[in-house]
Amino acid sequence: MDSDGELLLRLRAGDERAFVSLVERYHEPMLHLAASFVPSRAVAEEVVQDTWLALLRGLEGFEGRSSLKTWLFRILVNRARTTGTREQRSVPVADPEPAVDPSRFDGSGGWADPPEHWIEVAEGRLEAGKLAYRIRAWIDELPARQRAVVLLRDVEGMSSEEVCTVLALSEGNQRVLLHRGRSRLRQLFEDEFREVR
Amino acid sequence: MRLLLRRDLVCQQAVELVTDYLEGTLSRSARRRFEAHLVGCPHCTEYLAQMRETISLTGRLAPEDLTPQMRDEFVDLYRRWRSEQQ
Repeated sequence: MDSDGELLLRLRAGDERAFVSLVERYHEPMLHLAASFVPSRAVAEEVVQDTWLALLRGLEGFEGRSSLKTWLFRILVNRARTTGTREQRSVPVADPEPAVDPSRFDGSGGWADPPEHWIEVAEGRLEAGKLAYRIRAWIDELPARQRAVVLLRDVEGMSSEEVCTVLALSEGNQRVLLHRGRSRLRQLFEDEFREVR
Repeated sequence: MRLLLRRDLVCQQAVELVTDYLEGTLSRSARRRFEAHLVGCPHCTEYLAQMRETISLTGRLAPEDLTPQMRDEFVDLYRRWRSEQQ
């Protein structure tokens, strides 16, 4: 698979297939990210479409100070923010949200209802192709800002620095949102596999 | 019952430090305290393993394929843009 850098060079040389390769790589991740900012799938699709056009129009001016991916996702987020209304309604980072339901601890803060083991079951289910769609659905149900951070960090594998750039977040807020998003997902895995036993 | 030292972590605090621990942002002393808690606590050790597994599972989601129709739409988009350039 060509690197983004190679695709960029080919795209600048007018290679149509390089554009299609980039779309194949990032269109769907961008749709998920856009959906965390705007009220509907249709609006998310519009925003992503606009972003692709903005990429083509900005090709000449792109200086490569950030990676192509960071640049692309940043255009997307800026567009989604001006279009979207959802973010204003989201819970501020400062509000406490425990990683684990407090009722699972005893009075001294030790586990009363400890985590149940589920790792091997989950691995088996993923390999059987029966888990990916559930994980997708769980991520889509995360609060918008947690979802954006989890998508970029854990699904897309971006660094915390890149995520802060794309979402215009401080390192600290990025980490809080990541912690809450991951903690919720962990709980969903536990709930899922507790039921099947 | 063991005497609870003031610097000991309890489980409810430990689970809130997992992301900072994995991100490498704990101070050296906080990191030592966290690791000391894990040594004596199988439940929090399991919890940390589950957080790692959660990250690993979400990291293995493959992007869904574009439909041929969408592929065509993007080829059109590109060609329209090119023709505007000339």
